[in-house]
Amino acid sequence: MNFDDTPQEAAFRAEAKAWIAANAPKQYEDELRKASLGRVQLKGANILEVAKAWQKKKADAGWACLHWPKEYGGRGSSPIERVIWQQEEGPFGRLSSMFIIGHGMCGPTMMAFAGEEQKRKYLPPLASGEKVWCQLFSEPAGGSDVAGLRTRAEKQGDEWVINGQKIWTSGAHYSDYGILLTRTDPNVAKHKGLTMFFLDMKSPGVEVRPIKQASGASDFNEVYFTDVRIPDSQRLGNVNDGWNVSLTTLMNERMSIGAGVATGFPELFDFCNSLMLEDGPAIENRAVRAKLANWAVKASGLKYTSMRAISALSRGERPGPENSIGKLVAGSMIQDVATYALDLQGAAGALNGPEDAEVAGKFQAMLLRAPGTRVEGGTDEIMRNIIAERVLGLPGDIRVDKDVPFNKIPTKGRA
Amino acid sequence: MNFDFSDEQKQMRDEARKYLAEQCPPKAVREVLDGKVPYDKALWKGLAEMGFLGVAIPEKFGGAGAGHLELCVIAEEMGRALAPVPFSSTVYLAAEAILIAGSDMQKQKWLPKIASGDAIGTLALFEGKGNPSPKAVKVTANGGVLNGVKKPVADGAIADFAVVAARAGSSGRESDISLFIVDLKAGGVAVKSLTNIDLTRGQAEITFKDAKAEPLGAAGEGWSVITQVLDRAAVLMAFEQVGGADRALEMGRDYALDRIAFGRPIGSFQAVKHMLADMYVSATLARSNCYYGAWALSTNAGELPEAAAAARISATQAFQHCAKNNIQVHGGMGFTWEFDCHMYYRRANAVALGLGSLSYWEDALIDRMRKKNAA
Ligand SMILES: Cc1cc2nc3c(=O)[nH]c(=O)nc-3n(C[C@H](O)[C@H](O)[C@H](O)COP(=O)(O)OP(=O)(O)OC[C@H]3O[C@@H](n4cnc5c(N)ncnc54)[C@H](O)[C@@H]3O)c2cc1C
Repeated sequence: MNFDDTPQEAAFRAEAKAWIAANAPKQYEDELRKASLGRVQLKGANILEVAKAWQKKKADAGWACLHWPKEYGGRGSSPIERVIWQQEEGPFGRLSSMFIIGHGMCGPTMMAFAGEEQKRKYLPPLASGEKVWCQLFSEPAGGSDVAGLRTRAEKQGDEWVINGQKIWTSGAHYSDYGILLTRTDPNVAKHKGLTMFFLDMKSPGVEVRPIKQASGASDFNEVYFTDVRIPDSQRLGNVNDGWNVSLTTLMNERMSIGAGVATGFPELFDFCNSLMLEDGPAIENRAVRAKLANWAVKASGLKYTSMRAISALSRGERPGPENSIGKLVAGSMIQDVATYALDLQGAAGALNGPEDAEVAGKFQAMLLRAPGTRVEGGTDEIMRNIIAERVLGLPGDIRVDKDVPFNKIPTKGRA
Repeated sequence: MNFDFSDEQKQMRDEARKYLAEQCPPKAVREVLDGKVPYDKALWKGLAEMGFLGVAIPEKFGGAGAGHLELCVIAEEMGRALAPVPFSSTVYLAAEAILIAGSDMQKQKWLPKIASGDAIGTLALFEGKGNPSPKAVKVTANGGVLNGVKKPVADGAIADFAVVAARAGSSGRESDISLFIVDLKAGGVAVKSLTNIDLTRGQAEITFKDAKAEPLGAAGEGWSVITQVLDRAAVLMAFEQVGGADRALEMGRDYALDRIAFGRPIGSFQAVKHMLADMYVSATLARSNCYYGAWALSTNAGELPEAAAAARISATQAFQHCAKNNIQVHGGMGFTWEFDCHMYYRRANAVALGLGSLSYWEDALIDRMRKKNAA
């Protein structure tokens, strides 16, 4: 049991470190470090442009999408090298947030199902951040139950005609392409009538409407499709086999194991170290310490769980459903940590004007972002189902609609 | 990086698991639970023969000389099986204290006996309510003899010797505390069994009246040794706790698959599934903290104090969480004497207290993190 780099890993780390030191946009380092959770914003700069420039620079030097094959814009790195890179990239990695869906889910899906020529055309600009991708799965009628979606795709000659609506599409407003799951046969059971495509988001008939989130920000959108035409050559996988294609996408989500998930703990610990309460420093208060200790062991537990997962990866094992626990634990932890940090400030915890923003604002941003973390990419409940069914081997939920043709499934809980 | 046990260590785990499944089935645990015997003597001998008691004791002192990672592996299995033997008191506490502070002669005298199962040892630290603290030590050491009362002492009634923390000075500082080895079968020692929540591991009260004591380690260094012993024992005990948590989770899962209600296995009800998923989560977080503790223990890293506290807290929580919800999954059956659930529940709650309770370790963890941050 050790944390040491092998000589090969050490060489890779040294090379990465040197390149980052020479090339990273250091003028933003401090802001990025402080912007830990909630929202990344850069004063006086357009974050999208800064992020794209950094990604392009990485790509030109061969540091983008490390684990992808070289011919598609990657580096052919091992999983462990990818983690080393993340460790060394540190706060600059926060600039990648708008590429996560493209790199983590759309790219791998393209790699598995697109034709060779398409891969060579679309993947390198995705890797380099020149083109941004989004994932058009969720709909008003199909979130947790993705297969409940209703957006129709109908074949007309060599093209498919799309009509319907997606929702919660992160980054659709600045995306160039998207992967799209549609219904191609409503007369069969819901999982059996889906088909996957990729499309140009600038196609006629695509309309993106930003949604204002509970946090006040607008990171996701509604996307409407009116007679949007997609060539059959942009179909991913077989007709009516979209469910299996989407499973590949969702499975790849798990591959994006990071060197650590955000829990809010380091921020809270620092805060308690500096905060004075009526009866002395917060960190010396017994009740505060008990709370801190409980979150400390969750945060360290997650950190070492991911190290165990990385060790398994480096032995060539595939990431399993047990890796679902990071998001499950961290989501509600951030929420609780932020609530507590505000509680410690008393009534002033509610303020967030410029002069108070440093402390209260930071935890408020966490608090207001956390509900989204617990929903996106599978809710807490769905995560627990995954653990119960695929790790512990418990029976699947009863699915009353499993063998019912899609167009016979009830659409409202109360008539 | 390789943040996992080696193949050899995993093989050792399989071997220990198999051995304990055969030699320490719930039926054997119940012999002790029902008060028929104070501990499982045959198992104790067997563990010695398997080399498990001396796994971390150097070969020159009669041990297997494997190391602490190997001991962690064994500890997990002892916890899984609820082994009713004085393993933690003898191996994590007494043997570690001697390894840390003992002279060559003391090591020569005691460690081979521990490895061979011929001597049961313990640590006599507590004196009534409260957590580990030099202030709470009232037993006095004067002119080579001890006076006072220790309680509770784990496995005190069956132990042959104890490492005793006693007050040798009156400065009011930590340096008043020294450690001694006391032969519990000699004169001046009175031992009384105490009943406790975990019926499978005994607790005792030990009264010293001019009992002969042999110094262990330098005078005035006692508290620093105690702290080190507690840190090491915390990691080892955390592995026992994770073993127990895992087993409780497994029992719950198995029952949920078998038991039918409303025409379905209860494991198909989401409330039950989610309860089991949460048990898995807490056991997994604890296991990962334990691995970090094992790494720190085996390399004697500067991180050990912090890692030990984290492992201890998280494993205590996980075992308590899994043990209590295992009963819930079992319904009324889980509340009966016949089912094994209560044995895990008892053990979980007893070991949560033995090395200092949660509040002590919570305080220690934050203190240690804070010092590291300031450094
Ligand atoms: C910030 C954010 C970004 C997102 N980005 C994208 C994106 O880029 N692309 C995309 O396609 N989607 C995206 N989503 C959508 C996300 O995947 C869905 O919101 C999520 O899967 C939940 O679906 P829903 O919102 O329809 O909730 P519902 O499925 O309606 O869930 C409502 C409640 O019911 C519970 N529930 C539902 N089914 C079950 C069940 N079987 N067992 C127990 N409880 C259940 C849920 O846990 C939840 O509490 C995003 C969401 C958020 C919040």
